[in-house]
Formats: sequence, C-alpha cells, structure tokens
Amino acid sequence: MNLQNITLVSFGYFEKDLLEKTAEAVRQEFHGIVNVREGHIDLSEFYDPARRQYNGNGLLKQVDALSFPDTIKTLGLFNVDLFIPILTFIFGQAFLGGRTGIASLYRFSNERYGMTGNELLMLDRFKKEVIHELGHTFGLIHCHNPTCVMRSSTYVEDIDQKEQQFCLHCRGNLETLTGGFLAE
Amino acid sequence: MAKKISILVVDDEESVRDSLYSWFIEDGYRVECAENAKKALTILESDQFDIVLADIKMPGMDGLEMLRRIKAHKHDSIVIVMTAFATVDTAVKALKDGAFDYVTKPFDPDDLTHLIRNATKQISLAEENETLKQKVVTLENVEDLIGNSDAMKNVLREVESVAQTNSSVIITGESGTGKELVARAIHANSPRKFFPFVSVHCGALTESLLESELFGHEKGAFTGAMYNRKGRFEMADSGSIFLDEIATISTKMQVELLRVLESKTFIRVGGNKEISSDFRVICATNKDLKNMVEKGLFREDLFYRLNVVNIHIPPLRNRIEDIPLLVDYFIRKYCTSMNKPPIPIDQAAMNRLQEFNFPGNIRELENMIERAIVVGDGKKIRLKDLPLEKTILTTSAESLDDFEKTFILQILTKYNWNISRTAKALKVDRVTLYHKIKKYDLKPADQQ
Ligand SMILES: Nc1ncnc2c1ncn2[C@@H]1O[C@H](COP(=O)(O)OP(=O)(O)OP(=O)(O)O)[C@@H](O)[C@H]1O
Ligand SMILES: [Mg+2]
Ligand SMILES: [Zn+2]
Ligand SMILES: [Zn+2]
Repeated sequence: MNLQNITLVSFGYFEKDLLEKTAEAVRQEFHGIVNVREGHIDLSEFYDPARRQYNGNGLLKQVDALSFPDTIKTLGLFNVDLFIPILTFIFGQAFLGGRTGIASLYRFSNERYGMTGNELLMLDRFKKEVIHELGHTFGLIHCHNPTCVMRSSTYVEDIDQKEQQFCLHCRGNLETLTGGFLAE
Repeated sequence: MAKKISILVVDDEESVRDSLYSWFIEDGYRVECAENAKKALTILESDQFDIVLADIKMPGMDGLEMLRRIKAHKHDSIVIVMTAFATVDTAVKALKDGAFDYVTKPFDPDDLTHLIRNATKQISLAEENETLKQKVVTLENVEDLIGNSDAMKNVLREVESVAQTNSSVIITGESGTGKELVARAIHANSPRKFFPFVSVHCGALTESLLESELFGHEKGAFTGAMYNRKGRFEMADSGSIFLDEIATISTKMQVELLRVLESKTFIRVGGNKEISSDFRVICATNKDLKNMVEKGLFREDLFYRLNVVNIHIPPLRNRIEDIPLLVDYFIRKYCTSMNKPPIPIDQAAMNRLQEFNFPGNIRELENMIERAIVVGDGKKIRLKDLPLEKTILTTSAESLDDFEKTFILQILTKYNWNISRTAKALKVDRVTLYHKIKKYDLKPADQQ
C-alpha cells in the first residue's frame, strides 16, 4: 500500500493536457505519486447569485469530505470564480497542515484582463497555484523569498513573478514537516 | 521578522472569523478570534496583540466603543475597524477615535495584504527605534548572495549603505553577474522590505505592452477586459520597482518614465483617474549608459534621475576566489531540489572551472553545475561532466530563424518544457521565451 499519493481532482471541464502537465509539475516538486481524477459536485449549491461567484469555503469542505484510496493530500481543481465572504475573490485556498486544498483556473487567463491569450502562461500560473496550495496542506506558510512558490500572490502578475519551485528554505521545511515522507 | 506578529480578529460572523483566521495563519501570523467585543476585551486583559481587527456592527458593544476602550487602556494599540456598510460618518468617527485604518468588507486580497503590512511596518519600525538604536546594521536575507572576494564584499557594503536610503540606483555589470539578485538584496534590506519588489524586464516588451504593463488598465479598456489590471508602478506602492535592461526602452517611454519618476503619479490606460504610488526605483543594465547618453541614444535628464547611485558588479573571471563557494552553493541547491544528498566535486574539475573565463558569468557557472549533476554518475562531479570545451551545435538549419527555432526547441526539451529553467538557460526572460514559442509554433514532442 502506498500512502504517499497526491490526488488532483478536476471538477468541470479541463483540457486533458493541462491536467497532465499540472500533475507532472506537482510530481517534480513533491517527488511523489500524483493521480488525476474526475470528481462530480453539484456546483449550483455553492453559487452566490448576488456575487455571481462560488463559495470557496463550501467547496473546500465538500472536497475535504471526499476520500480517495491511498491519498494523503487532495487538491480540487475548478474553473469557476471563487470567493470567500471576506474577500472579493480567491485563486484557491487550503487547510493548513490538513488534507485538502482547492484552486481555480478561472482568473488565470490573460483574456479576462483584456490581454492576448497565452495558454502557456495560464498553465504556468495554474501549476504555481496548485503547488502553492499543496504546500499549505503540508503545513508550509507564506515565504518572503520573492521567487519562491510559497510567496503569497494576490493578483496574477504577482504569480508571474515567482517560480514554480520551493526555495531552499521552504524545501527544507517541507522535508522536516513530512519527516522525509516524500523522499523516493 | 524577528518576532511573530499577533492579530486578534473580532467579528460576530463565524465565516468572517474563519476566513481571516486561515488567511493570517498562512501568512505566518499568530491569530486569535473573538465573536464579540466583550470576549475580545477579556482576551486582551491577559494577552497582548499587535493588531486588533474589529467589525463595527456587532450585537452588544459595537466596534467603535471597543476601539475607545482599547485605546484608553493602551494608547499605541493598532486597531483596524471593518464594516460592510461604509459611511463617511463612521469612518471619520473611527479615525478620530484613533483607529489605524478603516476598511470596507469584502476586501480585495491585495488590499488586505497591504493593510496588514502597513501595520506591521509601523510596529517593527517602532520596535527597531526602541531596542536597536545602537545596533550596527547588518544585511538580512542575503544568504543566497554568495561571495567572499573583496569585490563582492565591496558590493555588499554598497548594498548595505544604499538600502537605507530612497535614492535611485543603477546596477551595472555583464550578463549573469547577479544584477537582479543585488537589486533584491537592496530591497530586502530597506525599510520597504514589507512591501513588494516588482520587476519589469523592459527589453521583453513592445512599447504598447510596456505602457499597460507599467501603468495598468481599467476594465473595459479593451474588449474582454473584465477586470482592472494593476500596473507595475501601482503594485510597487510602498515597495521597490526593478527596471531591468533599462537601456532598451524607446525614446517615447523614456519621456513617460521621466514624468512618472518626477511626479510619482500616472493614469491607467483607458482610465482618467490620477493614481499615485510611492515606489523606489532600482535599474539594471549591461550597457554603458553614459556612452549612450553621449551618443544621444538615452536621455541625459533621465540618466541623471536614475543614476543617483551606481553599483558595479565585476565579472566572475575577476573574482575567481568566489568560484569554489559558488560551486558548493549550487551543488547544494540542485542536489536538494533533485532530492538527493550533495555530492563532492573533483579537484581537477574545480581547477579547470577556476581557469575558465565565464562569458556568461555566474549564470553560466550555475547552469554548468546543474547539468553536471544531471549527466554525471551521481556520486561526484568530474571534469568530463563539465562542458568546458566549446560545443558546436549541429543542425541542418539554413536561416538564422531556423537555427534559433531548433536551438530553442532543443533547450526546451532538455529542461522538460520547464519555462523558467529554459528561459534561464537561454538567458532571456520568460515573456521573450513565450513570444518565441508562439512565433515558431513550438510544441513538446508528444504533441506534434
Ligand atoms: N553572488 C551570487 N551568489 C549566488 N548566485 C548568484 C550570484 N550572482 C548571481 N547568481 C545567480 O546567477 C543567475 C544570474 O543572476 P542574475 O539574474 O541576477 O544576473 P543578471 O546580472 O541580472 O543577468 P542579466 O544581465 O543576464 O539579466 C541567477 O540564477 C542568480 O541566482
Ligand atoms: Mg537580469
Ligand atoms: Zn497561500
Ligand atoms: Zn520559500
């Protein structure tokens, strides 16, 4: 039995290629087994008509209630605009040191900001967000290193400034937090 | 930050408390919550908090009354009040009663971050004043700026002294010498460190893109623009903006830039509101700007505006004593990221590295070590793992474009389509790389 798996669960339509590339990036950063699955949740339950957005707190709890075999961390992938009551939007969120996180692709496409589309850039942003939220589930908090993936980013251009890797410091913390759990 | 900043959240709505709690915890703060003013005051009797973030409208005692009581008890407490229904009246009242700030729910994530950073800055400045008055300033956050040579020590000394000021800085040096790293070190050691360091690769952007990039645009400025976009100057508010490859900007942008630097205000594309931003400018170039000014290629007034302080980083071949330290550092860095213990390097290999002249400076050395770890036997880095002989690229390309296309694809494949790494290896920034990928319609092998 292998308890090291990270499971990425897509809710709604995603390009297969994008999911695979994201999984590969996660694999590279966490050195573990990464599965991709499709999940089904009735999103309408989480829709807030006044804000025309989806409640990220509800979705996080809902994903947390699902369980997948041999999985230590689950990340729900969405393609809708997420919010939490206190914030106008979020890219994603996670239970710190918990089992679950969520991330949305919705705000990562250049077109939403009236810019020329750029699939690779969008994918890059998504990978970073997914790795970032997973980092939180492993107990990592935000990092001040400007290029570290655990740096907090509150707008897309901010995400573009960091890389998809953990800095040495965060990688060290990750290893301590997991007790070498993820080592091959 | 030496000590963990603590925040007390007071709000009657559970979902608000929970959301703020997780947000702050992830940011590394110590957080506690209270669901009403009475509970908050009880908590404050036995425990100290740096920041209190309180809702105004709560059953029982309201936020404003609580604010007055906290302030009466401890005058310099930082209390931020929030409300879902902003009125000028309550705002004025709150501020008059000593609130640090007054904010409307829900916030933009960015505004929340800014708000707390502002408060944090005030706290740490006050503390620094109190306890660190006679302490010698030492550099923080420069553990990844390696080098023990006199030349490097000099650079570090300059970083240290300029960090405390607001002066514009130009960092000069050949490609790959660490200009961007030095720029980051200046920021990380300045009082602006709590705010963003925002970099702009001027060379990678066309004039029209650069404008929207620097100044931002309003939603609706273009078809499909559903959201406002912040420009770099706006993002850098209270922080630093790093203008890389400053020598590449057009004459028109030079004029615009000068205007913004003088007024610290600008207007978003498609907007009409003047926005002001308090940023510090750090630039870098591998060109001789002075010479460009003499030739009329760069505006003299802009040059003097930017060149208040110049930090020059000498090429690696002039400080070979740094090579062993750097090699050690890069081995550690890449072994760690590949999840294996650091490996040693052969003396022969090390000797040859110190003889090499490194036209691409530290970046070239870094790439060499990374590659050596990958291609070597995993136990030791040997001379044969280092590409110190000139490699000749074999390709059937006829035109320069074909050649570039083949070459870029080769490097992309080598780095498994990891854009950041490929861009680094090619010594271009990611935006340029994206443009090239688009231009040549490059795809990973499995998608062709
Ligand atoms: N003193 C140093 N210690 C450790 N790493 C360094 C040092 N100087 C540079 N590097 C590394 O070398 C690479 C190139 O550095 P950087 O991007 O700062 O150079 P640059 O001068 O801005 O280059 P360019 O002119 O090509 O933009 C980076 O990966 C950086 O981390
Ligand atoms: Mg540079
Ligand atoms: Zn985060
Ligand atoms: Zn980090």
